[in-house]
This record gives sequence, C-alpha cells and structure tokens, in this order.
Amino acid sequence: MAIDNETIRHVAHLARIDLQAKELERLHVQLHEILGFIDKISNLNIEDVLPASHILPISNVLREDIPHTSLTPERALENAPSKKGNFFSVPKIIE
Amino acid sequence: MIYQTVIGLEVHLQLSTKTKAFCGCIIDFGRAPNTCVCPICLGFPGTLPVYNKEALNSAIKVALAFNCQIQEHTKFDRKNYFYPDLPKNYQISQYDLPLSRNGYLYIYRDNKPKRIGITRIHLEEDAGKLIHEDGQSLVDFNRAGIPLIEIVSEPDLFSPQEAFDYLTNLKSIIEYLDVSDCDMEKGSLRCDANISLRKAGSLELGVKTELKNMNSFKGVKDALSFEVGRQAELLDRGGDMVQETRLWDAEKGVTVSMRTKEGAKDYRYFPDPDLTRFHINQDMIERLRLKLPELPQEKLQRFMKEYSLSEYDAKILVSSKEDARFSEECIRIYPGKDKKLMVNWLIGPLLSEANSRKVKISELNITNDELISLIGFVERGEISGLSAKGVLSQMIDSGKSARELIIESNLLQVSDTEELSKIIESVILENTKSVDDFRSGKTNALMFLVGQVMKKSSGKANPKIVGQLLSRRLTDA
Repeated sequence: MAIDNETIRHVAHLARIDLQAKELERLHVQLHEILGFIDKISNLNIEDVLPASHILPISNVLREDIPHTSLTPERALENAPSKKGNFFSVPKIIE
Repeated sequence: MIYQTVIGLEVHLQLSTKTKAFCGCIIDFGRAPNTCVCPICLGFPGTLPVYNKEALNSAIKVALAFNCQIQEHTKFDRKNYFYPDLPKNYQISQYDLPLSRNGYLYIYRDNKPKRIGITRIHLEEDAGKLIHEDGQSLVDFNRAGIPLIEIVSEPDLFSPQEAFDYLTNLKSIIEYLDVSDCDMEKGSLRCDANISLRKAGSLELGVKTELKNMNSFKGVKDALSFEVGRQAELLDRGGDMVQETRLWDAEKGVTVSMRTKEGAKDYRYFPDPDLTRFHINQDMIERLRLKLPELPQEKLQRFMKEYSLSEYDAKILVSSKEDARFSEECIRIYPGKDKKLMVNWLIGPLLSEANSRKVKISELNITNDELISLIGFVERGEISGLSAKGVLSQMIDSGKSARELIIESNLLQVSDTEELSKIIESVILENTKSVDDFRSGKTNALMFLVGQVMKKSSGKANPKIVGQLLSRRLTDA
C-alpha cells in the first residue's frame, strides 16, 4: 500500500507533530516499509483465524466499586509545567 | 414550503457509582480541584485501567429498562483527540461493539403512545472540567474518568415537543433505576440534539445541524424550536444548509455556529489494548433483570387499576419515583374508603405547595401521617377546607403538627348550635331585606345570610350547620 505526503501530513497534524520537509521525506520511506509489512497479512491464508481485539485469552476483568486513596493535589501537580493553585494551567483554549 | 422536522438525541449520563470508571478515585462533586485523581485517571504512562463492575451492572440495567438487546461481546475503544480536559489524549469509549442496541421507549401525546427507537447505549468515561480565565484555562481532573453511558436515539422525534417528552420519560425511567442523579444543571445528564428538516412527504433526510450547550430540557426544546425556524427560513430562501455544530445561547435565545475548522472528525478509533473484552451471558442479564424496579409505565397501569385513578391523576403521581412512593404510602394508610379523596389532596393542595416551592411533593417538609391527620380535621367538619389549605402551608413552613397549628390559630369550626344561633339572630336583625327576600321565595338570599354568619364568626362557623339552622329558623317563624 502506498502512502502519499498528504496522508503523512494529515496523520502528523492529528498527532500534533510539526514535520520539517526532511523529516517528511524520511518518514515517507519508513511508513512505506511499515505498511509493506502489514500488506503481507493480506497474502496470508487466515480463513481459520478468528478476529481478535485483544492478544490475551482473558475477558471480563472487572474491579469492585471500592475507593482507593487518591493522590494529594501537591503530588498530582508535581510535574505540571504550569499550574495555578490546585489547578493545572494551559494556554487559554477558547476566545 | 411545508417541512417535516427530524430530531435525534444523544444523552450522556453520569452513573452514580462510588468510584470512577477505571480507577478507585471517589466521585464527589464538592471536593477541591484535583483531589480525586490518581495516576490512572490522570493518564500517566504505564498505568492500567480496570472497569468498575457496578458501572457495568448499572449500564446493563439502563439498557434493559430501554428494551435494548445486550450484546454478547462488547469491548472498549480509544477515541483519539486532543483537548486539555482529556488527560490521555483519548477517551475510552465504545465504537463498533457497543454494550447494547435496538431499544425503544414510548412517549405519549393525547394518550396515544409513540415508539421512539434507541439505536445504542454504550459505555464511556467523562473528561475533566475547564475553567477559562484571562490568558489561561484551568483544568480540574476530578471529573475525568467518571463512568458515562451514551444513549443515542433514532431520528424518530418529529417536533421539539416530542424531544422534550422523550427526555422527560427517559429521565423518569433512569430515576426509577436509581443509577444517576439525572441533573442537567449539575451536568450529570447532558443532551446534544441532531436536527434537520425535509420536505413533507420526503423520505430522504435533510442536512442536519448538531446542537450543544443546552442545560435544561426546556433549553433543548427552545434550541430546537429556534433551529426549526432558522432552517425553514434558510431552505425557503433557497440557501444551502451546512452540516455544522451550533451552540445554544439561552440568554439571547439563538443558536450560533461553532465555526470549527473544516475536515471531518478523525478519531482513529481502535480497540483499547489495556482493557479486556466482555462476554455478557444470559445468566448475568437475567440476574440484573430481576433487580429492575417497577418502572413508571408499569406503576402507572397499576395505580390506575389498584386505586381506580384516572390516567391523568396517576401520571402526576408516578412522574417521580419519590413522589410515587410518598403518594402510594399516603393512599395505603389513608383510613377513608374513597381513596380518590386522598388523591385529590395529593394532586391538588400538596402539588400546588410543591410547585410554588419548586420542589417535589416528597421533598416537602411534611410526613404522610401529618398530612392524613390534617385531612381528618376537614372530614370530621372541624375545620373548613379553605383553612386546611392555609394550615398545610404553615405545616410545611414550620414543621408543626396540624393539631398545634389549628389550635394556635383558633381555626376549629364552631358547630355548637347555641353559639351559632346567637350569631344568626343578630344577622337576621341586621339584614331584614334579605330575610324578606328569602321568605318571598328568593332562595339565593339564604346563601348571602350564611355568608354574613361566616363573616361574623371570622370564618370559623361550620357553613353546613349554619345553613341548616338558618333555613329552619326562617321557615319556622
């Protein structure tokens, strides 16, 4: 499967990654190879393989509705690049 | 041009579990910012979410109450997007294998049921809360990770009023299940609406807009009504409808385009590898089905049958679970034979006290026993119906008993014939013209004289007895 630069730019935008022209070129080659690997699957006979959404043979893992101890706000905010009081702070996102 | 309005609603509902969907942080809206957070709900790398069993049970109950088919296999997916209230940069939600599909609920117009399809009910999690200030937005993640369910209706609603009725019935059913606060103002129930118009008779759907930012059921109805007008006018002018999201401005009473960047939403859903699939077997479903309480529609039918209520009366009483419980208890312990008298008190004076205080009847400061004690005074003829309504209001305000208030305000009706006769004599002397009128056959004059006696007794005379005494006195002489 071929991938064009437009698609790479779109995916980069969705991931909020700003790509330089050089990076775009390099990624084009790499993504092309990766997609090539995935293409191999379509050449395999998978008739007897059931679709899976999970690699482990486990299901119905649930927890009881029991409270645990939460972090203190000091601890929760410890690594925040920017904070105000008990809040995380980010550049204003609406006008 | 005549158009048909087509509406579909998406309701997000916070489940009132003790802890969040994927971690044990407690859910408590009163807490200081970022005090109910942990590495899981903050989306730290290397943490593992595990779903809350109680949330799954609640969601299945809701799905059953809305007659949905619970899917045998269900899984969580990641919905990827960036927003500061979303710590992981994806929301855990469900995409192609939702918990349940193909449900319905009924709405009623002129007592005719209309079936509204429910496309799906799926599980997801809430985002954090943003507070916008000068130059910065502040983030509180206490809400992040609270279990939500999304209830998506079919585009089966054909007017803003039908949308309103759908929401009212949906809320009532969920309140009965006791799985959510359902408080739109607090945000525990949120509703987005899709609306489009099509030429009457056409089967093809028109271009739709998605409406957001409504914070009451009335807001939803008003926003939809505005949108019906706006779209009709645009289509009449031959304008092109754009598929867009519009925000309801309740103050101005208009919807405003959100003007988002172009390009279809691209959430790149994929199965969340941190969470296992769920196999929901018939046993589990039946166990939960047995736990379902009597739902509003069943209760309505039972009230009509057991207490011989009209549909109108029964509907008022069952509209809230707590009111239904309070009312049924009143009807049960009411000693009189004619239960209708008790019902009249509930949907009459009690309901109007509740409405004027903007609460439910079950939230009024009065017990079933006290209410019935008050009604007893009226039925024994000891106080008038009119004073009883005043006493009721005072009981609710003061918390005092009916007896206390009736004695305090000296409201006991005078039924003592000797005392009443004295008043009657003086009224006869003062109103000779009316007395003559009555004697010459104008029976209406009697009512006037009874009124005068009532006035003289400051409303305490028993009007029935006054009437008897007066007419006997005037016809005998």
